Amino acid sequence: MVTCKDFLSELNEYLDDECREEVRKELENHLSECPNCWVICDTTKKTVEIYRGMEAYPVPPAVHDRLVNALRKKCEQPRS
Amino acid sequence: MIQGVGQTSEFDEAALVAQAQQGGVEAFTELVNRYERNIFRLARHITQNPEDAEDVLQETFMKAYEHLVDFQGNSKFYTWLVRIAVNQSLMKLRKRKTDASVSLDEPFDTGEESLTREIAVWDPNPELTCSREEMREILEKAVESLPPVFRSVFVLRDIEELSTEETAELLNLSIPAVKSRLLRARLRLREKLTRYFKRKGEDLFGYM
Repeated sequence: MVTCKDFLSELNEYLDDECREEVRKELENHLSECPNCWVICDTTKKTVEIYRGMEAYPVPPAVHDRLVNALRKKCEQPRS
Repeated sequence: MIQGVGQTSEFDEAALVAQAQQGGVEAFTELVNRYERNIFRLARHITQNPEDAEDVLQETFMKAYEHLVDFQGNSKFYTWLVRIAVNQSLMKLRKRKTDASVSLDEPFDTGEESLTREIAVWDPNPELTCSREEMREILEKAVESLPPVFRSVFVLRDIEELSTEETAELLNLSIPAVKSRLLRARLRLREKLTRYFKRKGEDLFGYM
């Protein structure tokens, strides 16, 4: 019998598709009977998806230029 | 599935790395253009300081260029870069010795009760509830509010999409420690984001 605490401790393995088939079935049974765990599971999944889709801020042009200039300078030096 | 960093055109990338290894600065600049945003974001998240992040960005690519001959191609180029960037960022953290420099091994409360207080369904499309800029700000702020012990693990696993093993190695943590910190980080972020994304005008159990 899976409790809410058990479910929570297995949540990442469940979301990352890393648990064994029989464990997955037990967790899914719990999910179908426990609205609280269903909400936590669903919103945690969305949390991860939102972060994975997040775009990075562009690097400020001055910072990019400083890096590229430093690289060019480095390139002009003979390699040891 | 959402495509992660470094999963595009691996052949193309191997050719660029090979050219850069021959001293081709143009090829290396192309690699900079591809990955600088991610390295900059990673550095900002770990150092929590924009100036340090600028330095880390510069140091990471300069070091990578200097040591490019040592890159064997056993890992992805991006993973190799991240490794350098994480080391540089952690060095900055240690130097600063501010609040942000709390050890990554610091013990933390393992109680889950406090992580599941907010239970409410979300809007089906949270990304449509605000502008892209607002969304980015909400997400960045939520990550910044995580304690360093959780933040670094979350950033490497769920933002930069490294494996549990790679994350453990980079942060010098055990695999169980990475797993438990990632769980707590995800639950804390879920809790924070619920305040923004919960479905409006319905009770706690509005989905029933």
